[in-house]
This record gives sequence, structure tokens and C-alpha cells, in this order.
Amino acid sequence: MQFENQDDTICALSTAQGTGAIAIVRISGSKALEIAASISKKGPDAYVPNKSIFARIFKNDELLDETVITYFKNPSSFTGEDVIEIACHGSVYIQKELLKLLVQKGCRMANPGEFSFRAFLNKKMDLSQTEAIADLISSDSAASHRVAMNQMRGGFSEEIRELRQELLNFASLIELELDFSQEDVEFADRTALVELITKIDNRIRKLINSFQLGNVLKDGVPVAIIGPPNAGKSTLLNAILNEDKAIVSDIAGTTRDSIEDVINIGGVNFRFIDTAGIRKTKDVVENLGIQRSYDHIKKARIILYLMDLDSKTVSIEKLTERIASFRADSVHDDQELIPVFNKIDLNQNVSKEELSKLGIVISAKNKSGVNQLIEKLTKSVSLSDSDNIIVSNVRHFDVLNKSQQALEKVSFGLDNEIPGDLLAMDIREALDYLGEITGEVSNDELLGNIFGNFCIGK
Amino acid sequence: MLQEYDVIVVGGGHAGCEAALASAKLGSSTLLVTMNMGTIAQMSCNPAMGGVAKGQIVREIDALGGGSGYITDVSAIQFKMLNLSKGPAMWSPRAQSDRLRFAEEWRLLLEKTDNVDFWQDMVDGLIIEEGELKGVTTAMGMKIYSKAVVLTNGTFLNGLIHLGEKNFKGGRTGERASYGITEQLEGLGFESGRMKTGTPPRVDGRSLDYSKMEEQPGDDNPQKFSYRSTTQPLKEQRSCYITYTNNKTHEILRTGFDRSPMFNGAIKSVGPRYCPSIEDKINRFAERERHQIFAEPEGWNTIEIYVNGFSTSLPEDVQLEAMKTIPGFENVKMFRPGYAIEYDYFPPTQLSHSLETKLVENLFFAGQINGTTGYEEAASQGLIAGVNAHLKINGKDPFILSRSDAYIGVLIDDLITKGTKEPYRMFTSRAEFRILLRQDNADIRLTEMGNKIGLASNDQLEAVQKKLSRTKAIKRVLEKHSVSPEDVNPFLESIKSSPIKQKVKAQSVLLRPNITLNELMETSPELKEKILVAAENNEEAIQQAEIQIKYAGYISREQDNALKLNKLENVKIPADITYESFSSLSAEAVEKMNKIRPTTLGQASRISGVSPSDISVLMVYLGN
Repeated sequence: MQFENQDDTICALSTAQGTGAIAIVRISGSKALEIAASISKKGPDAYVPNKSIFARIFKNDELLDETVITYFKNPSSFTGEDVIEIACHGSVYIQKELLKLLVQKGCRMANPGEFSFRAFLNKKMDLSQTEAIADLISSDSAASHRVAMNQMRGGFSEEIRELRQELLNFASLIELELDFSQEDVEFADRTALVELITKIDNRIRKLINSFQLGNVLKDGVPVAIIGPPNAGKSTLLNAILNEDKAIVSDIAGTTRDSIEDVINIGGVNFRFIDTAGIRKTKDVVENLGIQRSYDHIKKARIILYLMDLDSKTVSIEKLTERIASFRADSVHDDQELIPVFNKIDLNQNVSKEELSKLGIVISAKNKSGVNQLIEKLTKSVSLSDSDNIIVSNVRHFDVLNKSQQALEKVSFGLDNEIPGDLLAMDIREALDYLGEITGEVSNDELLGNIFGNFCIGK
Repeated sequence: MLQEYDVIVVGGGHAGCEAALASAKLGSSTLLVTMNMGTIAQMSCNPAMGGVAKGQIVREIDALGGGSGYITDVSAIQFKMLNLSKGPAMWSPRAQSDRLRFAEEWRLLLEKTDNVDFWQDMVDGLIIEEGELKGVTTAMGMKIYSKAVVLTNGTFLNGLIHLGEKNFKGGRTGERASYGITEQLEGLGFESGRMKTGTPPRVDGRSLDYSKMEEQPGDDNPQKFSYRSTTQPLKEQRSCYITYTNNKTHEILRTGFDRSPMFNGAIKSVGPRYCPSIEDKINRFAERERHQIFAEPEGWNTIEIYVNGFSTSLPEDVQLEAMKTIPGFENVKMFRPGYAIEYDYFPPTQLSHSLETKLVENLFFAGQINGTTGYEEAASQGLIAGVNAHLKINGKDPFILSRSDAYIGVLIDDLITKGTKEPYRMFTSRAEFRILLRQDNADIRLTEMGNKIGLASNDQLEAVQKKLSRTKAIKRVLEKHSVSPEDVNPFLESIKSSPIKQKVKAQSVLLRPNITLNELMETSPELKEKILVAAENNEEAIQQAEIQIKYAGYISREQDNALKLNKLENVKIPADITYESFSSLSAEAVEKMNKIRPTTLGQASRISGVSPSDISVLMVYLGN
């Protein structure tokens, strides 16, 4: 178990997550002023306690944002330490880049409740307030853990766990050759270890890059709208978007390519991908579009599976079957499938009540049921990502960077053939950081692994 | 009949001897009660001290002022520094001992220690009057009074020996078991359990053919365990021999499985996973075609041989037939068969860091009674219990070593915080600050502490201070003295290290991997001269300076980590805390904390089932 130390400088977004007019990022700790000065190209002298100043923030000499910065000198601040509050523009991109910049400059992402915790430690709060904070800390830790687990979507978490397990096996082998060197044991193959470290390092680098704001958040949560031709996919998208971007016509197969649109719902960006309808056809161009539809399904986080009710032959049984087979064929465990039934206005044969047990019932044309769908979308994101999506991502970014630094030390040690006990120390550090993403590491874990897998003992 | 004592030590094994020596040296009148004065400091299992992690513990005992290092030196027949090819944290001294001399030297050391008395008898109970511990009762019907009692019963409490389908009561082969204490302690509310351990057969060395085995001699330049100048490195040594089992051996062993107490259900208790019996090894790792066997001499002159690697409780006829298939053992004659033994222990979570029981004041436990295995583990607990028994009855604060001070600190903290379900043995991987807990610096870490409580002598302290000042002087030479390309480049080129272009400080060359200080000294007579002067020709100081410079980066990182941990260690938890009143603690945390009653946040954080958020909650309450 690791407990974060209380001497370092921490940062976090203090306002609500998501897009807003402005956002406030708070920094607390002995280096707060120094860090603010370093990103704003203003010397520490420019900051006067309790005064707000205008400051441009630069990242690698490029202007990131124009902000207002307020300095609270210790002990007259919320936490009792030096505190800097940066009011920046409210775009998710700016918030995230700013936090990343602060982490680069030596801040650590605050744990949930940590500002309050420091306030307590510095006697800025009395004991009667502490029970509430204690509750907060324990509940938030559980929540943030869940968020962290959910965050590592696309199998990252599982993948890191597997890589970490491989590294743990190596750590065990190294411990084995250290503690049981006098016994008839096998030794850790350094060449294989180098390969493993390279593999993990590459993976971590990719993850770090993928969190460089590129994919997930800047572009929004990918939502694929899938369904047979003429089920009304484009009409649905338009109803959500409230504007006519996709071509809508009654001839099946009009949308031969995919069209993306980003819409902000409840502070979260959703990236809707309208896809070509899926059906069997000999049209080469259309088949290309269908192929792309399947590719989009793979990348999507949420799949809106649209079925139209404009047919006398539909029945609850058939629809249930269709959903099940689509789920089995095309939906991964980490994707959310939302069945959507369109054109309820044209069908009186199936009961709306029965349908709504299977999915969302709408009429895209009349815009009925669209609000329910939007609600469902919001809910499905907040369930898995909660509100902490940005902070958690930067925290991962932070931990991933530390893991990578530790792995570099291991590589360096392997290159220079340092003794096993020193190598073990570096590997343990890497395991600890990787463990922060997946769970935790302890000495017992290493020994358990040794006893479980190797024949030792005279 | 007997006088009242300050401290009674029950049991004369490694734990009991160190406990009696420590409490007596600190000034407490001490009575060592043992069932047989002829078996004081008997090595029940292998005739060896030290090894990986264990050697470090013996050095720590010596640095604190205990006896095991000295005894090992004066009774050793072979010395090896293990793991020399690894980093200095792994260097581990190990000695092969003369079993009889080891026991004799301990007895002589205790005999010449002021304040130690002896009594041969079996302690069968504690005298407890009005809830207070007053002494012990014995099988001869005696009542012996004392202020504190240290129990070091080893494998004797309700000991049950298994050999094939036979079993008989006993504490060691040929010795009686001890009765009464477990039952009384259970009546007082103690929880007890059963553990199992085993030992291999002893054979006639004259019946072995060493030409079929591989000789394993001691080190060419043997070192020693004790930091004190009262012992000398060995001049002559005896060799051990290595051989291997084979498929034929395994086949014969398997024929006895149906009569094995391990497999027929006669033994239910848990044995150590890292010290498995030979039947366990071939059963669990069936794919392995051979297992290593060491033929270890039991002493300078005796012909008795200890068959290390062949621990077993199979029927004696199977043991003998199986051994005969091992190269070199074709005509083996057996002296004593191997056997397994089950015994009572008390889960050590019932103790505090001083090794005093939480239930009965002034009662201390040390050694296998706490679920540990190994002479070194037992001896170190004995020392701590003896010291703390003395301190307690004199109203002084207990002597507690932290996890970053010593392996002994790791051992005791693990025991009382996590408990143990199998016999606990020390490994270097149990220590999170392994790089700091080295065999070369146990004196630097501990002798001052040992001297402060009155256990380590002033001579010991002076020796450490000298070592430190010499080390400092050598380091200064290396920082200041520049070496020239003409001097060092031939050497650097010979080991394929890139040559230097201009004069550089000696230290920067030493920092390169694969360069030792001795090699560097040889490149420049001037540097060598300066270092030898600074070291006052002391080898130990030269080695110390080298380690401190070469591993400085790792050492300082580890020290930072230790400092971080110590922050939590310094947050004390009040003894009367009511965990149930914290609504935010998990139910599991409340249960575990109530059981262990940790004294610091650091200790609480190591209890399994206590999460970081539980610690946060406590920290908030204890923060100010």
C-alpha cells in the first residue's frame, strides 16, 4: 500500500467537469507560486496575495490560454498552504492541457478530498467538520477506484494487468535467484526480460500518447448509429443534432459513407457516427460503406442499434432475436448496446410497453422519444466514467509517466548489467506504479508467486 | 527453595540463550530453566548458521551485543560469503558449524556471564496471582518466582514426532515433549495452533563415496560473523559435498507414500513451503528429474553427516533404500532417520512489538512458539524479548527496531502485524528496504542503539566509530584525488571501459560499473598510499567506503522511501481508540484493527484488509 506524501504540491480542477464558460484549476503546496510563475512567464513578484492578475499561460512557448490567476499566501488560504487559483476558459481541452502542464512542472494530481484533508492537517477546519471529510474521502476513494478501472477502457486495464503479471513473474524470478541462490533454481533470463521491458515500455508510451488528448476526450465519446438501410439513422441523427447535416432521402442506401458530428450533451462531447446501412448488396461502392460501418462499430463506445417498425411482420420475438444475434456477433464486452425502435408512428401491431423493455422507442420524424434517448446516453457515460473523467485521465497520465520512468531505470540497469538486488529495486518501483493502475503490489505477492511456481527448499 | 529472579527464561535453545544473555547483561538476575542442561543450544536441524537474509540477522544480533555471531565464529568449520556476484545487499555470510562445539560454546558463554543461573526441570505452568504473572511452576512441583517470564519452548509444546506410520510424543528425537503450558495459556484466553516441521536423516560419513560427489569448499579468504576482534577468521576448513537424487530415488520414495503421515492424513498442520520434505518436492514438482542433496559434516572430528535436502517423514526403511540410489550414497549407513514433528504455537498477532503478550503483562514469547522457523529468527527474537523483559520490569520504554533499522525489525513487525500461517522464515524480499539492511553495515545501523541500552560494549561502539571515521576519510580521498589518463587508462582498456581524456576525480572512475576500489587503487601507487593511510590499513573501512560510493544513488533513494514510511510510523494510535465509532471505516478494517491493535498508522497500513482509505480516515482523526 502506498500513501501519498503530504509535502508535495497538488493540483486539480475545482469547478465542475465538462465544458463551461470558465473553469478554475487549484494548486496547493510549497511550490504553487513557483509553478504558477513558470507557466505564466511572470516572475513570482508579479503575484500579490489575494489579488487577481491577468496572465497568459504558455505550453512549450505556445499560448495555451489567457487566464486570471489569484494567489493566496499561506496560512491565509483554504488549505493553509500557498494556493494558486487559475481561472481559465472552460473548454475541456484547455482544462486538461493545463493540468497536464502542471503535472509536468512538478505538481501531483490531488486525490479526492485531498485539499480538504490538507486544510484539516493545517488546522483550517475544526474537528466537527472532519467526520464529513472522512466520509467523503472513503466514499470518493471507492468511486475514484471504480472510475479508474472503467477509465482504462478498450482493454487497457486488462492489458496492463497482463503485462504487469509478466513483469511480476520476472520480479519473482529475480527474487528467487536472490533469496534462493544456494538452491537448485532456474535463473531469470535477462534477454527475455529486456524484451518484456521493451514491450511494456512501448505499450505504456502508446497509452501516454493516446492520453495526449488526441483521441477520446477531444473527439468525444464515439457513438455509432447502426441499422439496416432506411431504418431512419440519418433522421435520428438529425433529430439529435437538430440540424440537417446528413443527407436524408427515402431511397434505401443513400448514406454510403459515414458522417460524424460532435454534440455536447450535459458537458460531455459525443461523437455521433452515422453509418451506411448494413445489408447484402453487390454494389461495390455500397459494400465499401458497409465495411466501414463494421469498422465504426469496433471503435464505438456506444452503439445505437436502430430498427424500424415500419413492417407488418415485426414481432417482439423477432426483434429480441435480432438484438441478441447482433450483440453476439458485433458487440464487445466494453461497449454499450442501446437498441432503438424507430417509426413507432407507423406501427400499431406491437405494444409500445413491451418494446420499451427491450430498448428506446422513438419516432425520429416526429421527434418523440428523442429526449429519452439523450437521457440514456448521458446516463450510460456517467455510469462508466462518472464526472471525474478528466482528472482521472490526467492522473493516469501522471502514473503512466512515472511507470515509464521506472521502466527506463530498469532498461538502463539491464544494459549495464547491474546486480539483481538493485535491478529488483527498480522493477519493484515499476510494479508499484503499474499496480496503481490495476491494484496493488506487496512483498507477499512476490513470495506467493515464488512459492506457487517454483520448486525451492533444501 | 530457589531465590526470586527478575527474569525466568524457559527453554535453552537459540532464543532462550540470547534472551538469558541479554537480560543478564543488562543487569537482571536471570534463571534459565531447561529440561536438559546437556542440550543447551542444541542445533536441532542443520549444523549451520546464516545464509541469505539469515546471515544478516546474525550480524545484527552481534552488532546489538548478542552472542550468536561470536558463538558461530568460534564453532565454525567452514565459512562462505554467499551471493558475492550480486549487489552488497545480497552478500550473506553462512557458516557450517561443529554441532557439539556450538552447544558447548554457548553453555560456556552463559556460565561466565554474571547474573545467569540454571535449573534443569520442565516448566509446566505459570504462576498467576490476581491476574499478575509471578513466576513458573515445574514438573518437580517447584514454584519459582520472578518479575518476568520469557517462553522459548521451540517444538516442545505437545510435540508429536511422525516417522512413517508411527508417531510418538517428544520435543526432539530422543527427548520428552513438554505439557501444561498450552492448556493453561488457552485457559487465559490465548489462541493456539499447530505447526509442522521436519528434518533429514543423519548418516555415517565413512559409508559415503565422496569421489562421486562434487566438493564444495569454503571461501579462499574466509570472513567471519562477529564485528568484534575477539574472534578470528578460519584458517582451516572442512568441505561439504553436492550430489543429486534421480528417478530411481523418486520411484522408491513413492512406494512409501501410502505410509507417509504427510499423505495419509496423520499430519494436518502446515509446514514451511520453502523447506519442503523430499516427498513433497517429488509430489509437487513431478516433472523435475533430480533434486540437489548436500552432504554436510556435523563437526571437525565427527564422522556424522547431515543429509541436507532430504528432509522426510517416510518410513525409515524407505528413507534408507531411497538414499542408496543417490550417487556416493550406495553403501550408506544411517545413524538416525529423518522425521516430522508437530508442535503448538501461539499466533504472534497476540504480541506487541516488544514481544510481550497483550493478554498477560511481563510475559514474553520468542522463537518457534511465535510460528517462526530458523535458528537466526529465534535467536533475534530471544535477544529482543530478553532486553524488553529487563526494560519492562525496570519501568523503561521498550526497545523496538523499525523495518528500516534491521531485518529483526521486519521480522517482528511482520509477525505481530500479519501473523503467519506457516513457519515464518526471513527472506531478503520481505524487507522493503533491503538495500539499507546489509551485512556490512549492521554495526553502523545498530551498535549505538545496542550500546545505549547497555548490551553492546563500549569497545564495540568505539570500533564502529573508528570504522565510520576511516570510511569518511577514504571517501574524502576519492572525492579529492585526481587520477591521470596514463595511470588508469591501461586498466580501463583492459576491462573494455572507455578511457579518460584528462585528469578526473578517482570517485568518478569508481562509479563506473564493474570497477572495484581495490582494482582502482592498484592503478596508482599514490592513490593506494593515500587510501591505506586514511583506512589505517582497515579492510572493512575500504569496503564500506566503496559500497557507500558505488551504490549511493540506490541507498539515498531507499533512505527517502524509508523516511516516507517513517512519517506514518510516527503517527501514534492511542491504545484506547474505539474503531467502531468511525462510521467511515470498513467493517473488515474495524475487525482487523481490533484484533491487531496497531500502535502506529504505519503498522495499521500493513494489516491485510486495511485499505488506503481506511488509513486516510484514521489519519484525519489523528492528524492533529
